[in-house]
Amino acid sequence: MASTPDAVPTRDRPNQAVPCWDGLRAAGDSQRPTAWQYARRIGRVAGSALLLAVIAGWTTLAVIPLVWMLSTSLKPSDLIFTYPPRWIPDPPTLEHYARIITGSPFPRFFLNSAIVGIATTIGQVVSSVLAAFAFARLRFPGRDLLFLLFLGTLMVPEQVTYIPLFMVAKLFGLVDSYWGLVLPAIVTPFGIFLLRQAFLGVPSELEDAARIDGCGSWGVLWHVFLPVARPALATAALFAFLHSWNAYFWPLVVTQSTEMRTVPIGLRYFLRDQELGTDWGALMAASTLVLVPVIVLFLAAQRQFIQGLLAGSLKG
Amino acid sequence: MQSTLAARLQGYLFLSPALIGLVVFVLGPMLYAFGLSFVRWDLIRPNPRFVGLDNYVTVLSSAEFWRALWVTAIYTVGTVPPSMAIGLALGLLLNRRIPGRGAFRAICFIPSITSLVAVAVVWAWIFHPDFGLLNAALQTVGIQGGRWLGSPRDALPALMVVAIWRHVGYDMVIFLAVLQAIPRDLLEAATVDGAGPWQRFRSVILPLLAPTTLFVLVISVIDSFQVFTTVDALTQGGPAGATTVLLYHLYEVAFVKFEMGRASAIAYVTFALVMALTALQLRLGRDHGQHA
Repeated sequence: MASTPDAVPTRDRPNQAVPCWDGLRAAGDSQRPTAWQYARRIGRVAGSALLLAVIAGWTTLAVIPLVWMLSTSLKPSDLIFTYPPRWIPDPPTLEHYARIITGSPFPRFFLNSAIVGIATTIGQVVSSVLAAFAFARLRFPGRDLLFLLFLGTLMVPEQVTYIPLFMVAKLFGLVDSYWGLVLPAIVTPFGIFLLRQAFLGVPSELEDAARIDGCGSWGVLWHVFLPVARPALATAALFAFLHSWNAYFWPLVVTQSTEMRTVPIGLRYFLRDQELGTDWGALMAASTLVLVPVIVLFLAAQRQFIQGLLAGSLKG
Repeated sequence: MQSTLAARLQGYLFLSPALIGLVVFVLGPMLYAFGLSFVRWDLIRPNPRFVGLDNYVTVLSSAEFWRALWVTAIYTVGTVPPSMAIGLALGLLLNRRIPGRGAFRAICFIPSITSLVAVAVVWAWIFHPDFGLLNAALQTVGIQGGRWLGSPRDALPALMVVAIWRHVGYDMVIFLAVLQAIPRDLLEAATVDGAGPWQRFRSVILPLLAPTTLFVLVISVIDSFQVFTTVDALTQGGPAGATTVLLYHLYEVAFVKFEMGRASAIAYVTFALVMALTALQLRLGRDHGQHA
């Protein structure tokens, strides 16, 4: 496009040198009754105010639960149950965090979630990179059909597979183990799709040059494709970890002992347990510990988040 | 390029980890579940017993299943359109040049990336009948608060609120991506032709958004039919079955009652329903696209 944003004529600056059609329009505007112009201007200002109000309103609604969580987690226990509720934790305390970290199994849950998350991420990235490379750059019979098959499984609701997966896990003694948590999550059509798109964008001249230099497929993948596709790799890894970190149904079904629970499942039992269920300070502290790393990660890597979301439209 | 035998084998070699995973953890289980839906098995007795279509008959004639389907349908209707409408409105607003736009976008999106259980815990506290933020807020404007998650009438709407809160940001980001791709020239041309803001929206933006809207609708409905986490964490399907959605019903049949055959039948009936619903939406979307 020829015009830069600065050169784009707007009705607010009708006197600048602009293409003829805008000049005509500006001339037309000036012939209208002044009252009409005023009304329009007032309307525009009111519209903008309304607009900002809507945005500010929803933004507030979006953060209130999170701010309330943080605030409650920092309140001394007697302040938590005051009515009406108070927003500022005064004096603030870390006692709930201390209780979560030293007096509950949550550190173990975090460890489990971290192990499962990292293992799942590595597995997904490795299997996706290899498959995506095959789909993008290797030739073999049935390639496109197999790719469609992978994409098609995105349509299958997970609950169809949970029951047999549980039975298979039971058969192989994987129930209540890290293997049981990680293995079923190791293949991701989303990651394959995402990386294939990235690999398709790599210029074939680069690949040819590497092949002339004596690289085989492994070398080409390692020296050419992976460096170029680094942003997509980051996105794939990020979503793999996030998906694992937030996973609920399968960890609920496949874990049995307290020691094997991941954080979401630990939170679930914590919330449900009638005796502990009233300990809202600790619950809010635990939730804060679950949410904050993800929110920080998001703020640091917004671009990857949005890219991944648009590529796969994956809901957490 | 090369298509020697070695090169072909290499393709399968690269593909093998993902393919094995797909067969073992997705395709195999799908077939297995289909087989299971024709047997009666409680996992304890050594052998499953073939019962033909009995499981499907049991499912389709059970009041529990239809109730769960009804609850899921209400939940879907109550969450998907509002989320999309608010998401679209925010997308349109945040596509304009306003101060702090990036920050607003980021904040609106944050709920969508949060861990659902952690969020459920926070909402449980907000909905708390005695010390919850919601009842306190209602009282300041003179409205008597409710029991929310503890009330058969309000529990499902309360879950819908959580879902809308969480999904709006996702819908917004998708709409925003399309809106940003609309060439400015196009809108300016419409303005020159005398189109006001509403007409620009109606005749330029909306048609360009139509395919995305359909896409978001399809994805959201599929997603909504699989709601489980908030139900399990907050209400356990209650009170009195008021929030027993399809997947929670399946969970109870499979992992509480251990009726694996019947549960598999529920999974497949749900699967078929979702597929039919998706096909219907795509069809309606296509027809609409042709007439418009």
